[in-house]
Amino acid sequence: MFSTLGTLMHTRLEISTLSARRDVRGDNLCAQIRQVLGLSVDTIRCRNVFSIFADLDRRESKELVEAIANPVIERGIVGETDTVSFDWIIIVGFLPGVTDNVANTFRVAFRDVLGRPLAAEDRVHSSLEYLISNVEVTRRDVENVAFKLIANPLIHNIVILSRLDWKLDGLPLNNPVVADDAGTSVQTFDLNVPDDALVDLSNEHTWALSREEMLAIKDHFHRHGEAADRRAVGLGPNPTDVEVEMLAQTWSEHCKHKIFNAVIDYTDADGATETIDGCYGDFIKKSTAEIGESVGWLVSVFSDNAGVIAFNDDYHLVYKVETHNSPSALDPYGGAMTGIVGVNRDTLATGIGATLLVNVWGYCLASPFTDNADVPDGIMHPRRIRDGVHLGCIEGGNQSGIPYGLGWEYFDERFMGKPLVFCGTVGLLPTTVNNQPGQDKDIRPGDLIVMVGGRIGKDGIHGATFSSEELHQFSPVQAVQIGDPITQKKMSDFLHEARDRGLYRYIWDNGAGGLSGSIGEMAERSNGCKLDLARAPLKYTGLKPWEVLLSEAQERMSMAVPPDFIDAFTDLAEQREVEISVLGEFNDSGKFHVIYEDRTVAFLDLDFLHNGLPRLHLKAEWTAGTHPEPPPAADDADLGGLLLAMMARLNVCSGERKARQYDHEVKGLSIIKPYVGIGNDVPSDACVFTAVPRGREGVILAAGILPRYSDIDTYHMTGSVIDLAVRRTIAVGGRLGHIAGLDNFCWPDPVESEKTPDGPYKLAQLVRANKALYEYTRAYQVPCISGKDSMKNDSTRGGRKISIPPTLLFSTMARMADVTKAISLDVKRSGDLVYVLGVTRKELGGSEYYAMAGYTGMDVPTVEPVSACMLYDAVADATEAELCHSVHTPAIGGMAAGFSKMAIGGRLGLDVDLSRIPVDGRLSVHEILFSESNSRFIVTIAESRRQVFEEQMADLPHAQVGTVKHDPVLTFYYESALESEVAVADLREAYTGVLD
Amino acid sequence: MPDPVKALVITGFGLNCERETTTALETSGVDVAMIHLNDLLRDAGQLMQYHIVAFIGGFSFGDHLGAGTVLANRVKAHMGSELNEFITSGRLVVGICNGFQTLTRLGLVPALGSCYFKQTVAMAPNDSGLFRNCWVTLKCNPASPCIFTRGIDMLPLPIRHGEGKFVSIDDKTLADLEEQNLVAVRYVDPATGDPATTFPHNPNGSVNAIAGICDPSGRIFGLMPHPEAYLSPYNHPHWTRQKINGVLPETGLGQQIFDNAVRFARDEFFDATD
Repeated sequence: MFSTLGTLMHTRLEISTLSARRDVRGDNLCAQIRQVLGLSVDTIRCRNVFSIFADLDRRESKELVEAIANPVIERGIVGETDTVSFDWIIIVGFLPGVTDNVANTFRVAFRDVLGRPLAAEDRVHSSLEYLISNVEVTRRDVENVAFKLIANPLIHNIVILSRLDWKLDGLPLNNPVVADDAGTSVQTFDLNVPDDALVDLSNEHTWALSREEMLAIKDHFHRHGEAADRRAVGLGPNPTDVEVEMLAQTWSEHCKHKIFNAVIDYTDADGATETIDGCYGDFIKKSTAEIGESVGWLVSVFSDNAGVIAFNDDYHLVYKVETHNSPSALDPYGGAMTGIVGVNRDTLATGIGATLLVNVWGYCLASPFTDNADVPDGIMHPRRIRDGVHLGCIEGGNQSGIPYGLGWEYFDERFMGKPLVFCGTVGLLPTTVNNQPGQDKDIRPGDLIVMVGGRIGKDGIHGATFSSEELHQFSPVQAVQIGDPITQKKMSDFLHEARDRGLYRYIWDNGAGGLSGSIGEMAERSNGCKLDLARAPLKYTGLKPWEVLLSEAQERMSMAVPPDFIDAFTDLAEQREVEISVLGEFNDSGKFHVIYEDRTVAFLDLDFLHNGLPRLHLKAEWTAGTHPEPPPAADDADLGGLLLAMMARLNVCSGERKARQYDHEVKGLSIIKPYVGIGNDVPSDACVFTAVPRGREGVILAAGILPRYSDIDTYHMTGSVIDLAVRRTIAVGGRLGHIAGLDNFCWPDPVESEKTPDGPYKLAQLVRANKALYEYTRAYQVPCISGKDSMKNDSTRGGRKISIPPTLLFSTMARMADVTKAISLDVKRSGDLVYVLGVTRKELGGSEYYAMAGYTGMDVPTVEPVSACMLYDAVADATEAELCHSVHTPAIGGMAAGFSKMAIGGRLGLDVDLSRIPVDGRLSVHEILFSESNSRFIVTIAESRRQVFEEQMADLPHAQVGTVKHDPVLTFYYESALESEVAVADLREAYTGVLD
Repeated sequence: MPDPVKALVITGFGLNCERETTTALETSGVDVAMIHLNDLLRDAGQLMQYHIVAFIGGFSFGDHLGAGTVLANRVKAHMGSELNEFITSGRLVVGICNGFQTLTRLGLVPALGSCYFKQTVAMAPNDSGLFRNCWVTLKCNPASPCIFTRGIDMLPLPIRHGEGKFVSIDDKTLADLEEQNLVAVRYVDPATGDPATTFPHNPNGSVNAIAGICDPSGRIFGLMPHPEAYLSPYNHPHWTRQKINGVLPETGLGQQIFDNAVRFARDEFFDATD
C-alpha cells in the first residue's frame, strides 16, 4: 500500500504468522480472554505492522519485508493482506512521542538491508493488529479486551474496527506525530503575590513545593533577583520557569529526602519527648559510621549512586535497590521496566563505572484474585498490575543480559492503591582503573558536560515531583516512560570500553529529574557549570527549555569528559552506535548557568539550589494500638487441613511460574539458585553467586520484608526484617562479619495535614523503625551502605483513600569465601536427623496464622541479637565444617511452612515430634507450628555427624526433633500422639497451585 | 608454547554471553578474541585469522524483529563472503541460543546438501508464549557428524529463551535432517532417556524434541541450551545433592562441547607431530 502524506510517502509492511503455523500470541490472548473476561473467542491472529514515511520504492519495500520476515514461520508483505477473515480488529500503536523500540530497531535493519540509512526526517512507526474471529462478541467485549488486557491508553493509540467499519473505511493510518506547539519560549513568574497564590502556582505546575518552600524561593529572588551578575546575563528580578522547575525538582521529596532529614519532635507512648535531628543522620548514617570504625571493608557509602564494599584484590562490590512505585501504578509494564534498567544505571554509574552482575526484584501487591467490585475506579486491577510489573522487569532484565538472584512477592490489599516495585542491582567495580582507585572520580573546571544515550522527549517530565505526591486523579500522564534495554546495553558496553581507556573523569546516572538532577549534582563537584539546552538531541521539536532540562527520557548518562579526550570519546561512541552530545562545560563560577542558544534561561546560585531548602520540622506521637487476639484453636482442629491452607496462602506459596520467566543464569555465575529442590519449585532462603565464571569466592544476597508486623509496632517489624535477611544469609552458608545492608523505606504520607490527620502516628512509626534500624544493624554489625525512601504511598483515586502499611525492605549483600560450601534447604537423604535451633516463643502477632483467621494480635516477634549472634556463628561453623545436609530458616508461616518447604524440596517425608522443639513458656501445638519467632533454623544432618554437631551447638538452644524418611509424608507428633499426617505431594500441590 | 588454535567471540548490540563463552574456550586452552561486531565488520577479512567462531547468546538488537533477524542481516550484508570462505575452508562455527537463531536465519544450519545461506528451519516462539529459564536434559546423537558432541551421551544444561521451538520449512527437510543425523542433540526425559514430546522436558514444543542441529560437515553447530552456563560443577541446580551423593563431577559438563571443538581444530588445522 502506497500513499502520499504531505511530502512523505507512506509504505505499510505487514508481518504475520503463516496460516499453517500456530499463532502463539493470538492463542495466548484467547486463553487470557477466557480466563479473565469469561468470554469465548474462536481465534485471534496477530500482525506486526510497520508504517514507513519515507521515499521507498516497491522493490526496496519487498526486499525489506522479505529480509525481516522469517520465511519458515512468517509471511511478510507490502501493503495489507486482503484475504483474511475476521469480525473485529484491534489496532494498537503508540501515542505521539512514546518510545517505539521496535521501530527504532527497524531503522537499523533498514540500513543493513538496503545499504542506505533512513533520513532523520523519515519516520517509522510500529503497531500490532489483532484480528478477532467470533461473531458473538460485541463492541463492548472487544473494548474490554483492548483496554483491560492488551493496551494502556496512557501510552497506546487504540483503534477498534468491526468488519463493516473496515470495509467502509479501511485501516487508519498509524501516524503518531507530535504536534509542534509549545515553541522554545521561556516564561517568568512574579512571586510577589499572596501566599495562597504561591501554593496555587505550585499545584498548577506539579512542582510539589510547599508554602514554606515557595516563600523561600520568593525571598531568595527578592534579595538576589536584581544582583549585577544576574542582570549581566540578561535575566530580570523574577525567576524563569527553568529556574523554578529546577528548584522544584532538586527540592523534591524524591531527591532531597525532606522527611528523612526533618527535625522531629517525638513523643513516646509514656509521654517522654525527644528531638530527632533527622532520622537519616541520627540513626542510619550514625549506625554505619559507628560500625565503620570496626570493620575495614566499607569503601563508599551514601555518597555515590550506590554503596560500595570491598570484595577481593581485584574487585569491590556495588549494590543499590530502588523503588519505582508511582510509574508502575500508571503503567505497570513500563514502570517496572524503567525501574530495573534505571537501577542498573545507578550501579553502572558508581565510582568510575561498575559492570552489572545480578538483579533483584520484589513487589508488594494486592491479591491478583481481588474481586472486580473491590477495585476503585481509576485503579488497575491488581492482576493486571502484577502481570505487567513482572513482564516489564522480565524483559528489562533479560534483554540487558543480567541474571536475577532474588525475587519475591508480598500480598496485602493495602497495596492496591500503589504497588511497591523494588528493583536492585549488584555490580562489580575494579579496585583499580588506570592506576586510580575504582571508586574515585572528580570533575575539574573546563571538563565538558557530555550526555550519552537516547534522545530527549517529554517522557517522564515531573517524574520526581510526581512521585513525591499521592496518586490522584490528575496525576500527569507524561510521567509514564518506556524503557529500551538494548539502547542501554549498547551504552553500558560502550561506557566500559571508555572507562578502561580512561576517556572520562566522572559518570552520573541521568535518572529522576533528567539533566536537572544529574548536572545539578555534578556541578557541585567543580562548583559550577554552563549548560546549553539547545545542544541536547531531541526526539521531536517543540520542547520548551525547562522540559529539555527535566525530561526523564530513559537510557541516558551524564559524564564529565576532559577536552583532550572528547575526540576519542566521540569516535568510540560512533563505532558503537551510541549517541552522545556535548552540552557545555563545568566551571567554578558557583552558578548553575543554563543557556538556550545564546540567551540565559537560568542562573541559580548552586549554594541556594542545594542548601536553600527550608528544613521540615515535624511532630511524631507514638501510641501503641490494640489488636484483639483470636480465640484459641479448638482441640479437634484439622491440623492437616490447616497446613495445606497455609501452604496455599499468597504470602507463603511458590511464585515459581513467574520467576521462571526471569533469566537467572546468564553470565554463568549462579551457585544457589532462586528456586531450589528436586523440582526447583521452592524459593531459596538466599542466593549465592560467584563474581566470575568458575569462581570460588562468592556473594550472598538476602532480603527481609514483613509489612504486616508494622500494624503492631514498626520497631519490631524493623528488628524482624533485619534478622530475617541476616539469618537467611547464614542459612545458605554465610557468616557474620562481612555483611552490608540496604534500607528501602516505603511509607504512607507521615506529614500531618487535612488529608492525613494521623500523620504524627505514621511519623512515629517511621521514627521507631529508624531507632530499631540503629540498634539492630549495630548489633549484627551490618552497616547500611545505601538506601532509598518513598514517602507518599497513598492513593485517593476512585474517592477512596488507600495507604500502604509502613514497609521496610532490608536487603543484605555478604561476601562468601568459598561457594562450594553453600547449602540448599531441601532435605537430601532419608535417615538424616532433623534439628531445630533457636527458641520458639508465643509470637504470633502479625503472623500469617492470625491473618488466616482475620486477626492481627499483639505479640509481634522480637529479636534478641546477642543470643542470635552466638547461634549464627555456631551455624556458620557447622556449615564451614560441612556438617549440614540442609539448612532453612523459617519466616512467614513459621515452623509449619518451614518443615513443609524442606520436605517439598526433597520430595521426602519428615517425622517430627513438636514437643521437642525448644520453646520459651507453654505453647500449644498450633503456637509452636505457626509462631514466627525470629532467629531459628531447621537443619538436617547425617546420623554419623550427630556427636560433632551437638558438641558445636552445646551451649545453644537446639534439639533433635525428628528424622527424614523415605515415605513422602510430613508427620507431626506431640510426644507420642499423632497430630497430623499430610502427603508431601498434597503439600506441593497446595503450594504450587495458586499463583500463575 | 601457546595453543595455535584461535577462537573468536563476537560481541555487541545486546549479545551478552561473551564472558562465559570466552572463559569456556580459554579453559579448553585456546586464545580467544572478543571483538565487537562493528570492529569485525570494518575489516571482515580478519575472520580468517580464527579457527573457531562463536555466535553467542543474548538479545541481539533486542530480538525486536524476531530473534537473530537483524544480526543475520547485518552479517550477511557486511561479512557474507568472508563467512562463506570461513566455512568452506572447514573452520568451526558454534551458535548458542541467539547464536543458533542467527545461524538458522543465515542458513548455516542445517544447510542440507551443503547449500549454505538458505534458510530452511526456524526457532519459533515457545508453545507457552513465554520466556523460560530452566534446566533440561539433552541426549547427543552418536551417529551425528557433529564434532562438538562427540563422546557425549546425556548432558544437562540450562535453557533461557522465548523463541526456541524448532520447526522446519517442510516435512522433507525434517526427514532429511533426521536421515542424515544432523540432529545432534535432543531434549529427553531424564528418567527414560527418550525424546521428550511434552513440557517441561521439551521446554518449547520443538519438533522431534530437537534442541540442536549441525550442518553436513558437522563443523557448524547450533543449539538452544547453554553449555557455557555449566562450566563449574557448582552451576548445576542440584549440586548440593550431587555432592552429598558423591556424584558431583569435577568440572561443569558444558565444558565438553568446547573441549571437543578445540581438540578437533588442533588435529585438523595443526599437525600434532609439529
